[in-house]
Amino acid sequence: MKLEELARQCGEWLRGSGPESDIVISSRIRLARNLADFPFIRRCSEQDRKEVEETLRRQIASVDEWSQLSFVDVNALDRVDRQFLVERQLISREHAEGEGARAVAIDPQEKFSLMINEEDHLRIQVMNSGLALEQSWTQVNRIDDLMEAGVTYAFHPKLGYLTACPTNVGTGMRVSVMLHLPALVITRQIEKVFRSLQKISLAVRGLYGEGSQAMGDFYQISNQITLGRSEEELIKQVSDVVPLLIDYERRAREFLIRESQENLHDRVSRAYGILCTAQTISSEETMHLLSSVRMGVNLGLIDDLAIPTINQLFIHTQPAHLQKLRGIELDTADRNIERAHYLQRQLRKRGQDDAAEKN
Amino acid sequence: MKCQKCEKPATFHITELTGPKLQEVHLCEECAREYLSEPEASVAAPPTLAGMLAQQLKGGQLKVGQTAEELARIDQRSCPVCGITFYEFRQAGRLGCPHDYVCFERELDPLIANIHGDTAHVGKHPRRGQKGTDRRTELIRLRRRMKEAVEQEKYELASELRDQIRQVEQQES
Repeated sequence: MKLEELARQCGEWLRGSGPESDIVISSRIRLARNLADFPFIRRCSEQDRKEVEETLRRQIASVDEWSQLSFVDVNALDRVDRQFLVERQLISREHAEGEGARAVAIDPQEKFSLMINEEDHLRIQVMNSGLALEQSWTQVNRIDDLMEAGVTYAFHPKLGYLTACPTNVGTGMRVSVMLHLPALVITRQIEKVFRSLQKISLAVRGLYGEGSQAMGDFYQISNQITLGRSEEELIKQVSDVVPLLIDYERRAREFLIRESQENLHDRVSRAYGILCTAQTISSEETMHLLSSVRMGVNLGLIDDLAIPTINQLFIHTQPAHLQKLRGIELDTADRNIERAHYLQRQLRKRGQDDAAEKN
Repeated sequence: MKCQKCEKPATFHITELTGPKLQEVHLCEECAREYLSEPEASVAAPPTLAGMLAQQLKGGQLKVGQTAEELARIDQRSCPVCGITFYEFRQAGRLGCPHDYVCFERELDPLIANIHGDTAHVGKHPRRGQKGTDRRTELIRLRRRMKEAVEQEKYELASELRDQIRQVEQQES
């Protein structure tokens, strides 16, 4: 598989379907695992890293149903390609920016990926569009079993799966749900919501994980604790809070419509207008405006666009995606021009297509 | 409806989720802004690993009566398998190998309890190595010693170590 081919498709997590997909973008579960007979990454020699990669690669290759998986040598990729995989959430930023032997195996539908030599030897992640945590757990649990059939994971009878950082020990599991919460941002309730989530030890992050800004009003809610609760309990903790957040976001949207439909409609239409006509536009501004447009479509204020189209624009206007789609490297100024042109083309074309489909 | 804090009309209707039960607050835009930006003193940012490590070292989590000398001694202790010192772990926040959880158990336990509010795993178990894989982790040390023996041309020792490695590998797989 070529990364260029990947660039044209949309990937599982931005498919824009699945339960509650007007607000829940995607559900993701990752497991951290380490081989028992190698040091953790920090104490690995380059030779160790290569052997870890080789051991895990052999195991992945031995699973019949995974014959379609693409095995990508992340260390051999150039900067844009690594950034591209981060934008698609197939690898983490830490994995992209690391050094030494490391790789990723990618499912062709982009429903799961196996990162090798990230912070831990192996990180398995499963992604699904919409709210689908139980399904994600079934899948990731099975992938874990398939890997474990041929390797020995570091395991402690009392502490569970051992990880390089004690914050992940136990289940080694991070459950996260990505939500689009523009109305809670507009009504200034988002900070309060986050503080309440922190109280019940849930973490809130931006679109691209740790330390990243909450671009485009996307927020990831995930468990902070990994030890002392079963996988099912950890999933329940996150999935219990999601319906509440969906409800608050819906109520905030209703409030905005009720109190000032004209203002909201104006805000959404202006955002759409800028995206259709701008000549140069930054990634941040694009995300910000697309967020308004996305909410506008969900509220029926824009009727000639579909959610999958907007989701695709979110990912295709990211810096590395723009460059992969264009086929050349571009500096920031050129990217801003390319992004504006891309948006114009897509929105005019898609606007007509999606409207035709609806009629 | 009037704002609960002043006479202006209430345009923000806020539902409090954090109390024992849901509570509605009705405010004008100005009062709402103030209300929503009020810092809540009771909620601190989630503790970071580095912060916890620093706190632990200050004596909060360590046994009473430990002197600076004792702390320095703990810092210098190293793992017989991977060689990482406790000091290095404190600096980087990452452990060196699975055996660290065994050899630094006394230091790590309070830290783990602090992070997770618990010290025992209750979730999934792997099919192999349910009783722990520390024996297999021993391979890291044996392989390193064998490599050193070969480099020092101590071939007899190297062959002994090779036999031990094979034995462990066969037992464990």
